[in-house]
Amino acid sequence: MSKQFTLDDLKRILLEGAGADESVDLDADILDLGLEELGYESLALLETASRIEREYGISLDEVELTHTLTPRELIDAVNTCLTPSAAA
Amino acid sequence: MTRSVVVTGLGVVSPNGLGAKEFWTATLAGQSGIGPVTRFDASPYPVRLAGEVPGFTAREHVPSRLIPQTDRMTQLALTATDWALADAGVEPEELPEFDMGVVTASSSGGFEFGQDELRKLWSQGSQYVSAYQSFAWFYAVNSGQISIRNGMKGPSGVVVSDQAGGLDALAHARRQIRKGTRLIVSGGVDASICPWGWVAQLAGGRLSTSDDPERAFLPFDAGARGHVPGEGGAIVILEAAEAARQRGARIYGEMAGYGATFDPAPGSGREPGLRRAIELALADAGADPAEVDVVFADAAAVPELDRSEAAAIAAVFGPRGVPVTAPKTMTGRLYSGAAPLDVAAALFSIEDGLIPPTTHVTARPDHRLDLVTGAPRTARVRTALVLARGYGGFNSAVLVRA
Repeated sequence: MSKQFTLDDLKRILLEGAGADESVDLDADILDLGLEELGYESLALLETASRIEREYGISLDEVELTHTLTPRELIDAVNTCLTPSAAA
Repeated sequence: MTRSVVVTGLGVVSPNGLGAKEFWTATLAGQSGIGPVTRFDASPYPVRLAGEVPGFTAREHVPSRLIPQTDRMTQLALTATDWALADAGVEPEELPEFDMGVVTASSSGGFEFGQDELRKLWSQGSQYVSAYQSFAWFYAVNSGQISIRNGMKGPSGVVVSDQAGGLDALAHARRQIRKGTRLIVSGGVDASICPWGWVAQLAGGRLSTSDDPERAFLPFDAGARGHVPGEGGAIVILEAAEAARQRGARIYGEMAGYGATFDPAPGSGREPGLRRAIELALADAGADPAEVDVVFADAAAVPELDRSEAAAIAAVFGPRGVPVTAPKTMTGRLYSGAAPLDVAAALFSIEDGLIPPTTHVTARPDHRLDLVTGAPRTARVRTALVLARGYGGFNSAVLVRA
């Protein structure tokens, strides 16, 4: 059974690496909101991606960290990297 | 006719007081913030005392979004800015964003943050370095973060000239207001009490190696042996006088005069530039030396620098011709934060008619200074002069007036 990357993992890493905007509730339904809308600018995304790469031993070089990227898209991208067939 | 520029708000983060009122109360009481270094283990270093800002917990003052991306000096600066704006009664969101700018001074940048990231780079690898290292260490970062947090898009910048920078920033802020910006957040906050900051300062050769908090930093005293480094400073809200009056703001005083000079090359035998900086500030304010009620000294506590400062003061004001004080004996030298803190103290002196003391110092008689020591001195203070010198030859003087 391979490791799964979940929304809770993403929220934990976002909080560790970049905190949370005062006006944003990360516990609300955020899966399909743009990360920029959630208060994370390009450096916050870079920091978040770098923390995910370190913790999960993957490379997210292929993921475009655009401002419209949503938590769902990022989680899917991480899980694709974590799937053994994708690594092959 | 040039525009008059006034101070309407003060935010203080000082080793002897978190908050402007706390700082001023402690300063009048002669309470020092100098003690053994607690922020890192300084025992293997030749300098082991510092003026640390006590009881500051970033989480209580700074949003969580900003904590992972800021050095301690920026967290202190953002907090001091909040307090200064509140003190001025300014709600930044109510003013046009291009009418507000930020000009701070910096001396070392975010050294503690930078040190932590460099440690990760060499011990764990480049992928462990924070993306925020790209700016968190940078000299201009306090101006940038204050500007972003408060939506201030007017003229902004940073000046770097060691301790003189604290006055140079105020002068640049005044320049921008005279060119038409309504309000500038200015001043300076430095904090680099970490091993990297420590060795950088040790290399300058001006630190006191004493372990006695009461005898370590004694400017103008026969026992002068260098300074104690400190952290903190003050953020000052400057506004065009007519705009401040229009909105009914409380006005601490006018930033009436400024002068800056650079020392001649070492060994030239020529007079250092401080006297000329004082004279330029007086001329800029249209003030006569006799109008100055108190001088807040740079107070290097390096014997030859004390001598040259005392000589400059005596040359302009006459021997024992003006009360002189150095409340920084209670905080250590705060680099870019020192002079803005002295400006705050000068404005409180004007308000209360009290000159704060220089603590634990007995002035050498040959300095010919009327140094205020022991206890605060009651005086009618309408005009105060603040002096600051920066390592490498910078001299600045600011005159504030009731």
